[in-house]
Amino acid sequence: MLLPLVLLAYRFYSEGFGANPIETINRYTGDWALRILLLTLAFSPIIRIFRWNNVIQYRRMVGLFAFFYVCLHLTSYVVLDQFFDFRAIIDDVFKRPFITVGFSAFILLIPLAVTSTNKMVERLQYRWIQLHRLVYLIAILAVLHFWWMVKIDTREPMIYAIILAVLLGFRLFFYLKRQV
Amino acid sequence: MNMLIKVRKPLDLTESDVTDQAIYKERRKFIKNSASLAAMSLAPSFAMWPAIGAANINFENISKSEYSTNDELTPFDAITSYNNFYELGLDKGDPKRNAHHLKVKPWSVLVTGECEETGEFDLEDFISPAKLEERIYRLRCVEAWSMVIPWVGIELGPILKKFKPTSKAKYVEFKTILDPENLPGQKRNVLDWPYREGLRIDEAMHPLTILAVGLYGKKLPNQNGAPLRLVVPWKYGFKSIKSIVSINFLEEQPATSWNLAGPKEYGFYSNVNPEVDHPRWSQKRERRIGEFLKRETLPFNGYADQVASLYTGMDLKQNF
Repeated sequence: MLLPLVLLAYRFYSEGFGANPIETINRYTGDWALRILLLTLAFSPIIRIFRWNNVIQYRRMVGLFAFFYVCLHLTSYVVLDQFFDFRAIIDDVFKRPFITVGFSAFILLIPLAVTSTNKMVERLQYRWIQLHRLVYLIAILAVLHFWWMVKIDTREPMIYAIILAVLLGFRLFFYLKRQV
Repeated sequence: MNMLIKVRKPLDLTESDVTDQAIYKERRKFIKNSASLAAMSLAPSFAMWPAIGAANINFENISKSEYSTNDELTPFDAITSYNNFYELGLDKGDPKRNAHHLKVKPWSVLVTGECEETGEFDLEDFISPAKLEERIYRLRCVEAWSMVIPWVGIELGPILKKFKPTSKAKYVEFKTILDPENLPGQKRNVLDWPYREGLRIDEAMHPLTILAVGLYGKKLPNQNGAPLRLVVPWKYGFKSIKSIVSINFLEEQPATSWNLAGPKEYGFYSNVNPEVDHPRWSQKRERRIGEFLKRETLPFNGYADQVASLYTGMDLKQNF
């Protein structure tokens, strides 16, 4: 899960980050935050389809790594891109829809990260499951964040949107099957 | 493939140009022969051809210009590896990687519309024997980054006047080469190809507006819009259209590519303006490539003293 960071460091040493290193770091951490977030949603379909029941033990770790990369992405924006210019940041959060949805996704992830301990799972019980369904909304916001950011070529965000649609589609399918 | 019209008209040339022209015609013939020879021998390497066009452009003794800024230059590597030139690919690094797909030799420009001297002109007719100037300009991209680039070029105004624009010529429209067979970016319709840009005639005639053929004292790299591009330093970078094959004098305001793609995001004027945000990001500040902290963006990219008078009485928030 730390491999993307190793690759980033390697890229820095071998070729540098190009003419606009801050943009490179921003995009890179954002890409991996989104990828790992989507990976967390792949666990339940994989378990249901392939019956690899023991992969479930890794889901929490992957989820926390998604949060970790989201934090890196946000840090890169706050520190490298805006350098703590909170007026500009607040402006962005309220005026630029793509940042509004991205920031919302981050805020919504916080309770999920906080309630990821065994203790919290026990304490919240069924409400824990309900709470963690927020991840569906978070994933949708994250894909929108990417989609609304690009200038004109929506191919890449579209790929993530399709993957997300498939992952959510599985859930809908299993849900409907259960109803029948 | 870009030119259908075979008529070739010389520009108003001075006597001293005549020799050049004659030599050039001879060379042209030679090139055509060698071109067919090369094709026959199945070795159509452009590199082996005697250089035309650019060879006629003298990159020695380029004079300095009083319009140049004293800002620190952006390194050559950054200027030539971080480009928005969608014809050569959408990522910033693509244009450099795909630069060889742009065929710049031979190159001609079609001049049409509201002017007396219409026709197809060779690159040399535009540039040679003009004395090239170095113009160090700030370039502000609409994406909120900026560079300082030592262009080599000439003022556009005197060139346009050679075509004798009529009184109906209120606007000038420019087009980039259309060559979907070779240009990888034109295989997909991300923009409505060919790329089009336009200026009001007074903007086009302004002494800050130049046609560039080089940077850093050398021939323009393909990824920067070789062999001939516009540079309008007080407007967002996308107005400075690359690899120009057509100039058209018009009475009406022409449609422009980014305006067609996103009318709410990219206006016809697109003057650098920190007061008018792009709907999706702020234009108040910019990141100068190579610097860590963002800097304030200046009205008209710091050229307000020279150009603000072009827009007196205009609501620049409306006409963004």
